[in-house]
Amino acid sequence: MNEQLWTKAIVMGSSAIGAGLAMIAGIGPGIGEGYAVGKACEAIGRQPECKGTVQSTMLLGCAVAETTGIYGFIVALLLMFANPFIGKL
Amino acid sequence: MSLDVHGARILFQFGPVMITETVVNTWIVMAVIVGLCLFLTSDLQVHCRSKRQIIAEFIVKKVNAMVGENMGEHFLEVGYAPLICSIMGLSALCSLSSMVGMYAPTSDLSTLLGWSLMVFVLITYNKFRAGGPLGYIKGYFEPIPVLLPFNIISEFATPLSMAFRHFGNIASGSVITGLIYAALAAASHALFSLIPGAVGQVLGQIPILQVGIPAIFSIYFDLFSSCLQAFIFCMLTMMYIGSAAEG
Repeated sequence: MNEQLWTKAIVMGSSAIGAGLAMIAGIGPGIGEGYAVGKACEAIGRQPECKGTVQSTMLLGCAVAETTGIYGFIVALLLMFANPFIGKL
Repeated sequence: MSLDVHGARILFQFGPVMITETVVNTWIVMAVIVGLCLFLTSDLQVHCRSKRQIIAEFIVKKVNAMVGENMGEHFLEVGYAPLICSIMGLSALCSLSSMVGMYAPTSDLSTLLGWSLMVFVLITYNKFRAGGPLGYIKGYFEPIPVLLPFNIISEFATPLSMAFRHFGNIASGSVITGLIYAALAAASHALFSLIPGAVGQVLGQIPILQVGIPAIFSIYFDLFSSCLQAFIFCMLTMMYIGSAAEG
């Protein structure tokens, strides 16, 4: 009984660390989106009449760039709330 | 401090068919949309006099312009504008329904997978129509035949990434909102327990800091993110279908 408890504790602790590590994926989209928005600001500054097009294109690009971060988030969510490893004990 | 993150609860069960909160809330949102459409389009006149007709005409014009610009005039004639408009309305209202305390249907992956499956069928149909069966199969061997497995993966990655993107954004909003509520409850308990005597004990039990402060975050996570994700889902739908038809 005690041993089983230890195993579960180790699996849960490792899952929590794994969830934290998965969220490191958030760095990439952060940098990428910041770069995209900076460039969009430059473009609007140069050609203010294109503001609408630049804005919608930038939002679309940001959403696509966000995907990798979202994948990391989903992995973290799975590890935290729908852990596949605990069921295998 | 308690944090409760859960999926859709099962409300009824008819044999193997489970009716979850997602289904019920989606039907509520659909009823709201139908009611809104009936309200906006009742009593239409050639020379528009009422405010609601102006709103209805504005929506139709905007969606038509968007579809014509991003997909081409052909798709406008075939009738893709109502599809895009209904996806956008459904997505936005489903996400916004979390503001009245309902479980947002878009924070369930099943809903988004259903929508993106529909988009996948439309993409495949348009590819078939543009190049015929041979052209469709030939598309997998481009630019060189070695890339066949990657082309197959990217074919399935398109709807999956669309679904995951929308789901991840809405679900992360609700997780962060839950975290904020739990943290504010803990903070107000720690803060007001500092008051000595019975007053501090009573005040410490009431999460006073939960009033107002979450609303600031809610503006971003509920209002802005919901509308943005609806817009992005529609834009991606239009772009994928448009580029599929070009061949």
